[in-house]
Amino acid sequence: MRTLYAELNKRFPLGELTVQREDLGFITVEREHLRALLLHLRDLEGFTHLVLLTAVDWMEEGVFQLTYLLSDRKKRCDLGLRVMIARDGASMETIHDVWPTAATYQRELCEMFGIDFPGSPGVHDPFILEGWTDIPPYRREFDTKKYADETFTHRAGRETNDPAEYMKKQLYPDGA
Amino acid sequence: MKDELKKRIITGPDGFEFEVDPLNDYYCDAPPKVHPPAYVKIVEDLFNWARSESIWILGFGTGCGAIEMRPLMTPRFDAYRYGVQWRPTPRQSNLFIISGYLSVKTLKRVIRSYEQMQSPKYVIGLGSCTINGGMYWDSYNTIKKLDEYLPVDLYIAGCMPRPEALLKGFEDLKKIIRAGEGEGANIYAKNFDWYKANQKKVIQDWDMPDYNW
Repeated sequence: MRTLYAELNKRFPLGELTVQREDLGFITVEREHLRALLLHLRDLEGFTHLVLLTAVDWMEEGVFQLTYLLSDRKKRCDLGLRVMIARDGASMETIHDVWPTAATYQRELCEMFGIDFPGSPGVHDPFILEGWTDIPPYRREFDTKKYADETFTHRAGRETNDPAEYMKKQLYPDGA
Repeated sequence: MKDELKKRIITGPDGFEFEVDPLNDYYCDAPPKVHPPAYVKIVEDLFNWARSESIWILGFGTGCGAIEMRPLMTPRFDAYRYGVQWRPTPRQSNLFIISGYLSVKTLKRVIRSYEQMQSPKYVIGLGSCTINGGMYWDSYNTIKKLDEYLPVDLYIAGCMPRPEALLKGFEDLKKIIRAGEGEGANIYAKNFDWYKANQKKVIQDWDMPDYNW
């Protein structure tokens, strides 16, 4: 992992490396180098599989963190690339031409986080939320419980009793 | 509304132009009617006995509870020995098992499937998710109270209920039907506006007729 990082660092300006395990590492990169780095990793380093593309909402810092997790099937080694993008008007370059499967992840991110990927096929089609009008639900300012309480009817629960109190009341009704 | 549901002019393969209005052409949207019982009680009892002995389930798994129906329909628990069997289409079945959590997107398909089933029809809510939301009680996308949207005859509690619980549920449903209380379809027809209002409250993009059978 560290040799790969040293190799890559000669060609691309990289952020810090986090080695989670011997076979799993994360590198922070700038968004303008991401595409070249992905192509390099796919074509020359053997990271042929895009495992997932996901996002983390860092609301306090005002950024989304996109994680592109790649896998080298032969060396059994995973590498995650982290890209920070601005949270306001979040938009990112599409990579569906590098891995066609990315289009589905991007469609999901567009729906759940409101991150736009211009040019990605069908990115604005509803994925699992049909006719969603509120802010995207995975953004952290979205109050899930409040939304659920307002939208769906709640069934009142059963009556419960504290056993000690209940038995006391049953056995000694006059509070002796 | 989706493009394919809009009224439009289509040119056929022979060059002939014709108008297509999918919502009116493909569906009958007349509201459901209440079916009165047979004129003699003994005849109705016979009907109910026959109905209770031929419970045919729509093979539509809405949530994780569907996994419990596989051992139930295969030799280990073998529900077929009770006259219970699974059918592939709504037209052939009369029992709808809502198996677990129901997302809003699935609810739309469930309503369509339920309305396409022939009366008399029954609904079983399986698992705590259908009763009060279960572990999805604060989810943005799952309904919490199934009987607001469909007339439920029977709930089977548990997360998940074992196949034995389902077998017991079938026995209880048979008793309900034989007692002439399996009137879900009529309740649905009678309170049609209330059910529709509840359904439309959660389904934001309602792009089908109000009643599509």
